[in-house]
Amino acid sequence: MIYEFSFGAVAVFAVFVAITLGLSFYLGGKAKSSAGYFAAHGQIPWFVNGVAFAGDYLSAASFLGICGMIAFYGYDGFLYSIGYLAGWIVALFVVAEPMKRLGKFTFADALDAKFDSRGIKIAAGISTLAVSIFYLIPQMVGAGVLVTPLLGLPHWVGVVLVGVVVILIVVTAGMVSTTWVQFLKGSLLVVFSAVLTIMLLQRGFEVKQGGADGHEFAADETQTVTTHPDGSVLVNGEPKGAKKGEPELHPVGWVSKLPGGKEKTGPVGPLEFFRVLQDSEVVLWSSKTETSDDGTTTTVYSQKPTPGSQVLRPGEHPTFKGIRSDDPLDKLNFLSLMLALFCGTASLPHILIRYYTVKDAAAARKSTIVGIASIGFFYVLTLYMGLGAMTSGAMDVTNSNMAAPLLARSMSEPLFAIISAIAFTTVLGTVSGLILASSGAVAHDLVKNGLGVEMNDHQQVRIAKIASVIVGAIAIVLGILFEKLNVSYLVGWAFSVAASANLPSLVMLLFWKGTTKQGIIAAIVVGMVSSLGWILLSGDTYAKVYGLPATDAIVPFSQPGIVTIPLGFLTLVFVSLITRRSGATT
Amino acid sequence: MATRNARIGLVLFAVYLLLYGGFVLLNTFAPQTMESTPVAGINLAILYGFGLIIAALVMALLYGVLCTPEGDVEIKDAQTEGNR
Repeated sequence: MIYEFSFGAVAVFAVFVAITLGLSFYLGGKAKSSAGYFAAHGQIPWFVNGVAFAGDYLSAASFLGICGMIAFYGYDGFLYSIGYLAGWIVALFVVAEPMKRLGKFTFADALDAKFDSRGIKIAAGISTLAVSIFYLIPQMVGAGVLVTPLLGLPHWVGVVLVGVVVILIVVTAGMVSTTWVQFLKGSLLVVFSAVLTIMLLQRGFEVKQGGADGHEFAADETQTVTTHPDGSVLVNGEPKGAKKGEPELHPVGWVSKLPGGKEKTGPVGPLEFFRVLQDSEVVLWSSKTETSDDGTTTTVYSQKPTPGSQVLRPGEHPTFKGIRSDDPLDKLNFLSLMLALFCGTASLPHILIRYYTVKDAAAARKSTIVGIASIGFFYVLTLYMGLGAMTSGAMDVTNSNMAAPLLARSMSEPLFAIISAIAFTTVLGTVSGLILASSGAVAHDLVKNGLGVEMNDHQQVRIAKIASVIVGAIAIVLGILFEKLNVSYLVGWAFSVAASANLPSLVMLLFWKGTTKQGIIAAIVVGMVSSLGWILLSGDTYAKVYGLPATDAIVPFSQPGIVTIPLGFLTLVFVSLITRRSGATT
Repeated sequence: MATRNARIGLVLFAVYLLLYGGFVLLNTFAPQTMESTPVAGINLAILYGFGLIIAALVMALLYGVLCTPEGDVEIKDAQTEGNR
């Protein structure tokens, strides 16, 4: 499809950036001490913190990735929504209060509260950095993914733009400005997703034979994209245009049959929406790419009329093929992913540090409840938005990440501008939290406590600000390097590493008195190394990163959690038992 | 970990774990059940999925109601007693 410069989207985004930067400079005076910079002096109201949780957590992967996956494959993307939200139960019922009680600025503070061990601080600091940087990559890639279709600018411009704005936000007022950016973003995202959902329910369904450009497809008509070695691109056999009206792929996504032979439903209720779709037929698209000897690559997109009952059942997307496969390894892969999603949320350092921004355990609890309400509501909406996009006639068959903004475009141009700008701000909010968590790990855990560098409060803040700039720069570079990788796939990595490295120590510290500092250090190191190693040796990485056949992979399935999370627990118990015994005999 | 509130949290966590585990295991070993439409013509995959999200909110609210500021204080005596 041809995307043209959207002045509206840029204007809305510019207003948001101006407000957040203005706020950041205004609040800068409140973040001069380390307590202000890392934890906003613990003075953030619980409701604001709760919505900021949503702003911190609902990343580009949630908004763009999940809606896109649902729009292209149906129900499966919603499995991510369910898993991501379930993880908040672990955060609320198990982790929230002890984190608030034991910690001060960082995740390492809580782990180390009982031991005062330099080793724990270093291990937890490195783990925080590893998880945060893994999580940063997809956010930055998401920024680039958005900027190309919306502004017609190269991928790297989006990455640099978001990187620079976020560095300014974090450096000026640390957690204070980060919180307000996340609060604004969380509010906007939830409110406008609700608006979009209400509008698509009002629109209902209509039988069509093509997308929003009016082109009517014959039953077996395909679309093709041919890329020649010299870089020239043909769409459906003609040179691809640059402006509206010139040759481009037709937008897709329509209902081909409605129940009872109806042509149009009119407005539908929230439950009727699924009931109608269940008995309808939707035209999805499959793709096949072939490369000829001269290096010309041709991708053929074919129509795939699909019963609504199939669209609304799990197990159609390749990531979730384990649901319908008879291979036990595929099933293990699915179980492993769902376990990592469940355990990962409560292990993400950028989420955990938000507990230090409120005054006490009760406020931590209340803010988590507000977070669950906002996030849960948003995830319910993802199913409507994804399925609404699938049947909107506005989908770009080559780019699932654009599903939510294109759904908005099918309603109105101003809404498209707003939703696109919100997608940008989605990246800003999450990246701010990640860079702040990383800077805390560097300044507070590694330099001050780990390496024992003597520094006063202001020097610690200065080191944190320098670390923010460096981590931000690294994120920009990685966002450019990993341009081609799938956004939601990379988030899965971060969840697996976080759950494997951090959760065993956090849980065992709270529930087993026999936990030793050596046990915690070993569990973090083993969990982090094993999950990272597993990912790097998995079939998904072979195929998507190395370009090798997935069947050559060394590990039997791609998702590490089901092996590496228990391994972290076992390591902690084993090492703790050994070190306790040797401690007793010496 | 011996605060009253923490114990309430653990009980609620166990209940949710059963609900979530049931959903994941049904998907893994009996995926055809997810296609059935037990209520109002809507399939079990959607009903159970929405149910999990609503259950998370209801249980979070319940937790908020059951927890008290006094419940945040560690019950050291009870813990010591339990370890004897």
